[in-house]
Amino acid sequence: MAPTIDIEARFLDYVTAENKVEAKDWMPEGYRKTLVRQISQHAHSEIVGMLPEANWITRAPSLRSKLILLAKVQDEAGHGLYLYSAAETLGTSRDEMIADLHSGKAKYSSIFNYPTLSWADMGAIGWLVDGAAIQNQVMLCRASYGPYSRAMVRICKEESFHQRQGYEIMLHLAKGSQEQKDMAQDALNRWWWPSLMMFGPSDDNSPNSAQSMAWRIKRKSNDELRQEFVDKTVPQAKFLGLSIPDADLRWNEALGQHDFGSIDWNEFFAVVAGNGPCNSERIEARRKAHAEGAWVREAASAYAAKQSGRRSHDSTTKPQAA
Amino acid sequence: MSAPDQWPLWEVFVRSRNGLSHKHFGSLHAPDADMALKNARDVYTRRSEGTSIWVVQSSNIVASAPDAKEVLFTPSDDKVYRHPTFYQIPDEVGHM
Repeated sequence: MAPTIDIEARFLDYVTAENKVEAKDWMPEGYRKTLVRQISQHAHSEIVGMLPEANWITRAPSLRSKLILLAKVQDEAGHGLYLYSAAETLGTSRDEMIADLHSGKAKYSSIFNYPTLSWADMGAIGWLVDGAAIQNQVMLCRASYGPYSRAMVRICKEESFHQRQGYEIMLHLAKGSQEQKDMAQDALNRWWWPSLMMFGPSDDNSPNSAQSMAWRIKRKSNDELRQEFVDKTVPQAKFLGLSIPDADLRWNEALGQHDFGSIDWNEFFAVVAGNGPCNSERIEARRKAHAEGAWVREAASAYAAKQSGRRSHDSTTKPQAA
Repeated sequence: MSAPDQWPLWEVFVRSRNGLSHKHFGSLHAPDADMALKNARDVYTRRSEGTSIWVVQSSNIVASAPDAKEVLFTPSDDKVYRHPTFYQIPDEVGHM
């Protein structure tokens, strides 16, 4: 057994020295499994995350905001694809991952199991949900697995637009009529706590974190990331003139950071377990889209087969790559 | 356990502007080359990232084995005389 221990220790030294791991390199089975789980969950979150926002595309208040929302939702589809591709390099097929999502076996970020009740929610999601995602993803740009970190770099570049467009929506509403201001406040009230939950369980209740950090997949703990997010977001809320729904939120001079109230972890675990307001609706929408798109996939395959039959007859006219 | 009808994987290379080489951007599944190009355009060039796209079916790429890394690439490590900095040229000679 000694050789196994040896090679695992060598792997640990290798990633500790900030070297990147590529798809065909040797890696411990646990590392591979952790990555497949994390990357595919992340991919599913991008795809399911299109649904709450798609809900408002046809009701966007202007053509400008409609174009922007369409572009954002299209980005999320792209992000899902980058991540599925990264996960596939670890030897798991796309079909398998999609099947796991549709059967309910695979998880996705529980934030997307909350409903989008008003246009202000488009603002709150961009500002808070994408903001929290960025906090996590900036860290993941330096993940030790090359294909994952490269996907994250691309995603982070695009995600910044998402957060800024969300904040712009909040800004317009917060400076608008009393009714619009109330709408913005209501959205902040509903999205604040679920956004804090996005960073996952607290450190003392997050058993896999230490291993992920040793492998240089993660670099900061859930609580560290959450604290950074709170510290960044509080002044942004203040600028909007909105109040964060937390009576215990205050600046801690000694620590140089904000204290904030305790998170309702019962709610978090209930939503993860499938009992959030929209869990079944989200999965149902995914299954329906997949089933209703079956004929498109069949047609594309049939067309490709027909074309390749035709091409084999006159293969000499194919243009060269340049 | 992958389904038999899974579309082949394609690697996407994008030239970001003329004067630069195509660079690997990522991959995607598509039933044929035309669809792979169309999807690559939608997925990888939404923000003017490119002026030209190549798609290559992944199964057509021949790669060196990771195990062969030492055999292939370490022999050049001890050939420092292949680098210009190996040679001492007197300052008086000027830039060379």
